[in-house]
Amino acid sequence: MARTRIQVPATARRDEVVEIRTLIAHTMETGYRAGSDGRTLPRDILRRFSCRYNGELVFSAELYPAIAANPYLAFSLRVDASGSLSFTWEGDNGFAQTESATITVT
Amino acid sequence: MMRLHQPTRRAALTAALGLSLVWRPAAALSNELAGALRGFTGGAPTREGRVKFEIEPLVENGNAVPITVSVDSPMTAADHVRTIAVFNEKNPQRDVFVATLSPRLGKARVATRIRLATTQQLVAVARLSDGSHWTHTVDVVVTLAACLE
Amino acid sequence: MTPRRRIVAALLWLGGWLPAAAQTDGATRRSGFDAMSASLQAMQRDDAQNPGMLSVADGEALWRGAPAPGGRACADCHGDARQSLRGVAARYPDWDAIDRRPVNLAQRINLCRTRNQAAPAWPPESPELLSLEAYVAHQSRGLPLQPSAKPELAPARAQGRELFAQRFGQLNLACALCHDALAGRRLAGNPIPQGHVNGYPTYRLEWQALGSLRRRIRNCMTGVRAEPFAEGSAEMAALELYLAQRSAGLLVETPAVRP
Repeated sequence: MARTRIQVPATARRDEVVEIRTLIAHTMETGYRAGSDGRTLPRDILRRFSCRYNGELVFSAELYPAIAANPYLAFSLRVDASGSLSFTWEGDNGFAQTESATITVT
Repeated sequence: MMRLHQPTRRAALTAALGLSLVWRPAAALSNELAGALRGFTGGAPTREGRVKFEIEPLVENGNAVPITVSVDSPMTAADHVRTIAVFNEKNPQRDVFVATLSPRLGKARVATRIRLATTQQLVAVARLSDGSHWTHTVDVVVTLAACLE
Repeated sequence: MTPRRRIVAALLWLGGWLPAAAQTDGATRRSGFDAMSASLQAMQRDDAQNPGMLSVADGEALWRGAPAPGGRACADCHGDARQSLRGVAARYPDWDAIDRRPVNLAQRINLCRTRNQAAPAWPPESPELLSLEAYVAHQSRGLPLQPSAKPELAPARAQGRELFAQRFGQLNLACALCHDALAGRRLAGNPIPQGHVNGYPTYRLEWQALGSLRRRIRNCMTGVRAEPFAEGSAEMAALELYLAQRSAGLLVETPAVRP
């Protein structure tokens, strides 16, 4: 399980546009770098990020080796109801991790 | 003709120079980027504008370069940004990311950090719900650390 | 001559007749943070963006967990780190009365493990040691560096001051030459920082990871084509002591972000 850091406001007003910021620990090995033995280190990156709001897919991104290590992804969300947010990262070598957060909308 | 006070003229020239660094006509896109863009748009016409690609013009280290791409859009069901993609010119491969948005987001704005192998051009492209494509092209200078490990 | 050789040759020529390097004194001390671009400063300042904060979170988990089943966790003795550790990292390196030598924060953590937790020492630069060091140092963020003034540290610190001014390596450069005399100027397009130590462990973009001050010093020494000081050497300890005093007064920024 990779360390993640997700910033979602705990509460928001109906129809407010909030900012969601996500950070995950991952080396994002490009597949273009050589190791100390001179051989190319195999690619090992996160390839897809998705965010679901109360079950509905609202944002996703296809990631490539050009995304920096320990990927940071921030986006906006207009909230209309309290509920849950789930964040999923998928990548090479079967990497899959989901984290959740809740938001109270008044 | 009234002569401008020196600092004002200097400021105007600096502003013009600065502007020329961040804005360039679509025709100035390099071949590599034009190809990547064509792959994304399927050959559909693109226009510069509505997209703002924020990135430092001079980068101290290409390993983690913060960027923000935002698109001027109401993000309603009838009028929103469907996809934002960024392509680079001189990394080993052109793709950086392709983000799929929805009107749910309220604002078309994506921030992340990218890798840049060297000084190069980049383009951010937005595909809108009406099928149109809008772009913003930037030039970035990447310096390399003097004392590498 | 390649551009790099040209720059180095110019530096060597300059170094030949420069007067004894002016030290960065209290009035002119500036953190490397100030020389960074706005977006890198934002990356450091914003805990949601700062990659070093992932390591700090790892360190917190290590703080709470017992190192071995039935063993004592750091928290069992030290309680809430936010209270008990506030200001601690700002004093380091400090003097270890038992071993009678200077120790940096990482060494202190390992001594705690072996002496009080019946746990093996972590290898230098290991992710666990770096994370816990980052967590501990983070509790002093915003406080000024105030290195320990214990008189036993004075001889090593004086040795460190000499090492800082001494020329090393095939390129025959001294730390002071770049980081005192030429700080603020540019080398190969990059600004030369004053070389302060208020942000360690630091997330260095060059490393794409968190790293210690010793790793940075080894980088510099390799950069001037010198044999880096060994991990447990008296020279490394002496230099760290001097660097901490040289940075005194600057605010702790751990985890700092640097290019």
